[in-house]
Amino acid sequence: MHMADALISPATGGLMWAATAGLITYCSTKAKNDLDDTKVPLMGVLGAFIFAAQMINFTIPATGSSGHLGGGLILAILLGPSAAFLTMASVLTIQAFFFADGGLLALGCNIFNLGFFPCFIAYPLIYKKIVGMRPTKGRILTASLIAGVVGLQLGAFSVVLETVFSSISELPFNTFILMMLPIHLGIGIVEGLATAAVVLFVFKARPEILNAASQSRPLGNLSINHVLASLLGVAIITGGALSWFASAHPDGLEWSMAKVSGTEELENPEHGIHASLSGIQEHTAFLPDYAFKTAHGEEGDMESETAWPAVDAGTSLSGLVGGTLTLFIAALIGFSVKRRKNA
Amino acid sequence: MAKFDSQLFDIGYMDTLAVGKTSLHTLDPRAKLVTTMVFIGTVVSFGKYDISALIPFVIFPIVLVAWGGLPTAYLIKKIMIVSPFAFFIGIFNPLIDQTVIMHMGSLHITGGWISFASILLRFALTVGAALVLISLTGFHAVCMGLEKLGVPRPFVVQLLFLYRYIFVLMDEAGRMIRARALRSFNSNGRSLKIFGSMIGHLLLRTMDRAQRIHLAMCCRGFDGHIRLIHPMAFGIREAAFVLGWSALFISMRLYNIPHILGKLVTEFVL
Repeated sequence: MHMADALISPATGGLMWAATAGLITYCSTKAKNDLDDTKVPLMGVLGAFIFAAQMINFTIPATGSSGHLGGGLILAILLGPSAAFLTMASVLTIQAFFFADGGLLALGCNIFNLGFFPCFIAYPLIYKKIVGMRPTKGRILTASLIAGVVGLQLGAFSVVLETVFSSISELPFNTFILMMLPIHLGIGIVEGLATAAVVLFVFKARPEILNAASQSRPLGNLSINHVLASLLGVAIITGGALSWFASAHPDGLEWSMAKVSGTEELENPEHGIHASLSGIQEHTAFLPDYAFKTAHGEEGDMESETAWPAVDAGTSLSGLVGGTLTLFIAALIGFSVKRRKNA
Repeated sequence: MAKFDSQLFDIGYMDTLAVGKTSLHTLDPRAKLVTTMVFIGTVVSFGKYDISALIPFVIFPIVLVAWGGLPTAYLIKKIMIVSPFAFFIGIFNPLIDQTVIMHMGSLHITGGWISFASILLRFALTVGAALVLISLTGFHAVCMGLEKLGVPRPFVVQLLFLYRYIFVLMDEAGRMIRARALRSFNSNGRSLKIFGSMIGHLLLRTMDRAQRIHLAMCCRGFDGHIRLIHPMAFGIREAAFVLGWSALFISMRLYNIPHILGKLVTEFVL
């Protein structure tokens, strides 16, 4: 469920980048202040461990398909929230650079979705509460399952929100969420089972590792409110600046579909955010739309008919010719650069 | 297993590419990082029905690949196979957005197909730029650049540590998978119980390894702070690189070059 650059708008990407950068700064400061230095190599090697562990798969009971470990929850159990978040962020950064999983702008979204929820929500609020100070086999299993499911559901929910807010994809909120949540319920159960299997093994073989992890020292002298406040500030500034940049030229000069995209939102008004927003719009601005409402039935057709002349055949032809020509010129420049280099 | 080996190969191969000696390789990593981010930011800022205006942006990866002597076929193949997510989410656009917005003879093209094509184009551009960045720079130098740009040091150290031990641990996991495959028939060996003990053992060995690494670091004078040595110089060359490309991106954002070009040609011909 890696988000991709192709699906997000600069405003959403920038906002999530700001949030993630703030969290990384917070966790790094915390790591520098109150981590004992044995944890420095431990975090690094455990990050590599996640890569290796994702290669080993197992058969999911009763289905026959195979699954593997996701990572966020097991890291949180072994390292505590903030060190686990840093480790997860580093794993995702390497995936973004080398395997192009997602992309560099979507990296902020991905770190937030796959790192923040398991490390800062599922682990401290669910896993830790259920397991408590005296872990038993049953408790570890229940806690891992519930925490795994909750972590992934929140992550999937956040993917849906980011996609819908970016509005590059046409998927309406309701459909998308009905698609994502059941799939990630399954993935969450697998994640919980895999995490439980590993934790139970460690619990039997070397229980002291789990004890040491659960008794990590409390927050240092760093105030979280301070961090959150500056985070919010940065997020607002970035989001504002970027969305201004994005909306300064909302459409390309050609195929400018502003009118038509308005239509297609009206076409399925019973779904999601668009529906409620356009509902509000209809209520608040009934007068300008008054003439429109009388011809409610054919409004889609009317709109598109008025939009067509803007994209007449001549414009599309010149677009096609120009596009091909541009590609050709770009390739030519590439070749000439290469020839000059080799000469 | 095949996927496994190829992933390891990929990481190693891209680092070998980064050893090149062209003037792009020796450019300060910060310049390449910043320019790539400007590139990605401009590309994703286009409206969802834009295709033609995005096309001129291929010039950036093309010039960098040609100048840096990177293997074109390998990078294209890599872009083609990654991230099914964008594809599977994007493929819903043609199904949902059925408004016809373009006619070419008897062929009607709906808005959904255009926005889907736009998603794929953005995907190729952004992923391509990231891959070119890492193949021209190498992960180590990218991390140094990040540190100089203000990314917190513990995170940079974490990235470097992780990168150093990926190869070691993936090798180890590969040996375990091979051993399991040799000792079990069909998928008998792939139960959750065996998985738990395999990963558990790998984890315990990993933690022991971390302890040995820590002791080795202490022997060499580690005092909790890692010092990074990186002679980097952001000179005129770097400034010209960043400013030149950024100016080009922004003007390509403001003017639809294929449109202008196409109009000129068709008006001239017709």
